[in-house]
Amino acid sequence: MSAANNGWETVIGLEIHAQLQTKSKIFSGSATAYGSSPNSQANLVDLAYPGVLPVLNKEAVRMAVKFGLAVGAQVAPRSVFARKNYFYPDLPKGYQISQYELPIVAKGTLDILLDDGSRKTIGITRAHLEEDAGKSLHEGLPKQSGIDLNRAGTPLLEIVSEPDMRSAKEAVAYLKKVHTLVRYLEICDGNMQEGSFRCDANVSVRRVGAEKFGTRAEIKNINSFRFVEKAINYEVARQIDVIEGGGKVVQETRLYDPDKGETRSMRSKEEANDYRYFPDPDLLPVELDPGYIGEIKATLPELPDEKAARFVLAYDLSQYDATVLTSSKELGAYYDDVVKQLAGDKLPSKEQAKLAANWVAGSLAAALNEHNLEITESRIDAKKLAGLLVRITDNTISGKIAKDVFEAMWSDGKDADAIIESKGLKQITDTGAIEKAIDDVMAKNPGQLADYRSGKDKLFGFFVGQVMKATGGKANPAQLNDLLKKKLAG
Amino acid sequence: MSLNRDQINSIAHLARLSLTEAEIPVYQDSLSKIVDLVGQLDAAPTQGVEPMAHPLPGLAQRMRPDVVTEKDQHELYQRNAPQVEAALYLVPKVIE
Amino acid sequence: MHTFTLAELAKKLRAKEFSATELTGALLDRIDASQPTLNAFITVTRDSALAQARQADAALAAGKAGPLTGLPLAHKDIFCTQGVKTSCGSKMLDNFVSPYDATVVEKLNAAGMVTLGKTNMDEFAMGSSNETSWYGPVRNPWDTQLVPGGSSGGSAAAVAARIAPIATATDTGGSIRQPASLCGVTGIKPTYGRVSRFGMIAFASSLDQGGLISQSAEDAAMVLEAMSGFDPRDSTSVDAPVPNYVATLDAPLTGLKIGLISEFFGKGLDANVEKLIRDALAVYEKLGAKLVDVKLPALPLSVPTYYVVAPAECSSNLARFDGVRYGYRAQDPKDLMDLYKRSRGEGFGAEVKRRIMVGTYVLSAGYYDAYYLKAQRVRQLINQDFKRAFEQVDVLIGPTAPDVAFGIGAKTDDPIQMYLNDIYTIGANLAGVPGISIPCGFVRDLPVGMQICGPHFAEAKLLNVAHKYQQETDWHRRIPAAYSKEKLS
Repeated sequence: MSAANNGWETVIGLEIHAQLQTKSKIFSGSATAYGSSPNSQANLVDLAYPGVLPVLNKEAVRMAVKFGLAVGAQVAPRSVFARKNYFYPDLPKGYQISQYELPIVAKGTLDILLDDGSRKTIGITRAHLEEDAGKSLHEGLPKQSGIDLNRAGTPLLEIVSEPDMRSAKEAVAYLKKVHTLVRYLEICDGNMQEGSFRCDANVSVRRVGAEKFGTRAEIKNINSFRFVEKAINYEVARQIDVIEGGGKVVQETRLYDPDKGETRSMRSKEEANDYRYFPDPDLLPVELDPGYIGEIKATLPELPDEKAARFVLAYDLSQYDATVLTSSKELGAYYDDVVKQLAGDKLPSKEQAKLAANWVAGSLAAALNEHNLEITESRIDAKKLAGLLVRITDNTISGKIAKDVFEAMWSDGKDADAIIESKGLKQITDTGAIEKAIDDVMAKNPGQLADYRSGKDKLFGFFVGQVMKATGGKANPAQLNDLLKKKLAG
Repeated sequence: MSLNRDQINSIAHLARLSLTEAEIPVYQDSLSKIVDLVGQLDAAPTQGVEPMAHPLPGLAQRMRPDVVTEKDQHELYQRNAPQVEAALYLVPKVIE
Repeated sequence: MHTFTLAELAKKLRAKEFSATELTGALLDRIDASQPTLNAFITVTRDSALAQARQADAALAAGKAGPLTGLPLAHKDIFCTQGVKTSCGSKMLDNFVSPYDATVVEKLNAAGMVTLGKTNMDEFAMGSSNETSWYGPVRNPWDTQLVPGGSSGGSAAAVAARIAPIATATDTGGSIRQPASLCGVTGIKPTYGRVSRFGMIAFASSLDQGGLISQSAEDAAMVLEAMSGFDPRDSTSVDAPVPNYVATLDAPLTGLKIGLISEFFGKGLDANVEKLIRDALAVYEKLGAKLVDVKLPALPLSVPTYYVVAPAECSSNLARFDGVRYGYRAQDPKDLMDLYKRSRGEGFGAEVKRRIMVGTYVLSAGYYDAYYLKAQRVRQLINQDFKRAFEQVDVLIGPTAPDVAFGIGAKTDDPIQMYLNDIYTIGANLAGVPGISIPCGFVRDLPVGMQICGPHFAEAKLLNVAHKYQQETDWHRRIPAAYSKEKLS
């Protein structure tokens, strides 16, 4: 359901907060581990005690630079931390240390793949470093909230996109791309349930052809890809209703309610906060020289787009297949491994690459999904999978039988050869044996044979099925086809 | 006066300071005088002059290694806390 | 014992003329006796002081003592002291016991010094008369109807009355130098970044510096070396070696070029004060120095610049005082907004609230460029003025304060009048340069101070220039009559 119906255009910008996976906080030496007991990871600096001061974590800076380089952005040689002043119980200092006028990463881009296979470039306005706030807990306390400051001071990279997305699907594609990228770079674990990868969506609508953007609403803290899509679609429909009903969209912050499937205005949201940004006098400007940036550039892993492009080129895979296979660094590495094992000493052939792609992106991905496992936890490692695929390419088993072998490998943990052996699943490729089976079936089914010879071509399938049944599914399908055709023809 | 009542009230609100009715004109008076004092800056010849954020120019932010150096001392730190329960700092309910 | 400088005390301790314990005991008695009148202390740490003194005596006996072992001092109540109340002169922190030591406190403890207690101060270091303290005003030992200056009024009064031989203090717009001038003692504000700000409760982060109020430049030199130096916990702390300030105290002053700021020797300067400064300059000429007139045209804008920058930074620094994790909390708040507004409204005094509001205003939307950014540009001009001046001269000498001590309550009605007390001192904070104030005479029997400023990291030179003057004069040895006897009534 797109707003492109009825002459409306949707405009979406996303603000992503990625928690950087440093060991210690951005401005203090407290641990950042998730799920610790309340306030056990909040030291004097995190608690904003009188007299304390911030000191910058070099790894947080490195991670931000990695991101900037990966999206082709200018990494600022000089960036400044600024104070964003407002009062909230989870913000102990009464201000958040963030970056305002001079962020560490300036303009970049990220390409996304749309459903129809086309590419679209999404602009990234900026990315900057800031500290996370603590948490308010409300359960068990009737009139009060309990503040846990363990999370206060965890480093965040705020990634702001240009308002370049024109549908919820594009927004999700972009979000997924950023999600993949930060995991490739090993700067964020992307765990949306634990809140280490959060997304706010700025959504507005306008008449197709209009020059100015419409008033936008900000939907905050949506914590799954599915919800992002639903929330945006709901909001677009809501805004269109408002305007078509003669009203005006209010610039405000809204929360997505996943149970009701709707967005609603945040309660007790007062007049827009005046954050009174000014450069933090407790911190000096961050200066990064080209040597430092170059060093980091050299440590960048093969990025998703590069890997996908390499797969397309080297293995003649479709863009779609390549994208699926590179959705995580580990999956890409697994696939690479399978192909290399298949090929042995030689260069992999396109058939081998395609076969591996089908299985990794197909059966393997489905099994991982069903059991909720990451590729790194796969019960079939790359070597074993390659072992299975080799038996397909050398005709030991058919593709169909291979699926059964795969199931058995997944549950038993054994390798393909052991299972083929123990279950006697070797394909029958002996021409003589197949011919004999065909002869038997033809003899047992004179009626169908006569019908086929008198023109009922569809009965070919019947004979294939019967021969397969007789051979326990093990007749080599290609050979069966050839021989059956010849024999039926008479 | 340079500042009016409404401005005083909105500043006090932004700064989370309660003001009694009697205090408003008092602060209005002194704040207006201070604003007048700083108004002297208007005439200063600052075209092309960079703002000075730090007294020691040319210094850059030091970075520390990513190492956990702190241990759990919440009992010590919470000795000063006005209201704590189950290691959480209590405040009147925060409505999201 | 109370008439001895720190340097003399150090010698006598080593010579075993008395013990650190005796010395500490005697000073604690003087402090107790002085409190009802002077009110220089907020907390006296009697038991721990005596314990530290005993430890020092043991170290002295074992031959394991350093140059500062056993020497008593007081800390301005802005420095966090572990296990000891740290109030910053405010009701907001009246119930606050610090769980940690400021770096300055750590360093001086490690040097074996004995902490007598925490001195009274203007609330959150905001003030020039020590009249804004939640704990009541401090009185000037030279005339107890008069103010001692501020914000480090307690430290200045304590040293002037010789109830502590030396005290730490802080200076954001003149809060060390101005009370030193009004109390007839020596006060040094080092270069920004020389002394760690970790544990020094922040007022205006880009202006605050920790320093000392002492009886002499020599005393300051001894302790400044121990309290200075790079601190990895303070990002604005400078990583530069700390010289041995004592070693260069006696360097001859021949050829010293002294700059006189034309803008300061004009109207507004009391004629009697000016005479004393000129007499002092004559002493320097005798010692071989040359006087040069210099112009720092942006300097007269110091006060308005400061009253944008300092309140802006303080409005943000003081946002953490909200009644949630420590400090004063309003009773029975009806909701979160009420908790914030009443905890802060009731916990802060009027001057603090005034400055928070000014700061909030100058940073707010629509005013940032016109005020904050503008002030930071003028600050740059002032900085450039100082730089240019120091290309022509080695030091700048002038008055510290426009007048002598004034009456308690005399200027509290008009904040602007109060702010103008810092007219000569603020510039150094804006430029981050070091400054020292030393006594140079009396007007109407009240002390007058002379200020010596130098370029960044010129503390050694300032102490040297101050020390040479103190060898030619004895202003710095004068003690107010009421405090000259050993035993105070």
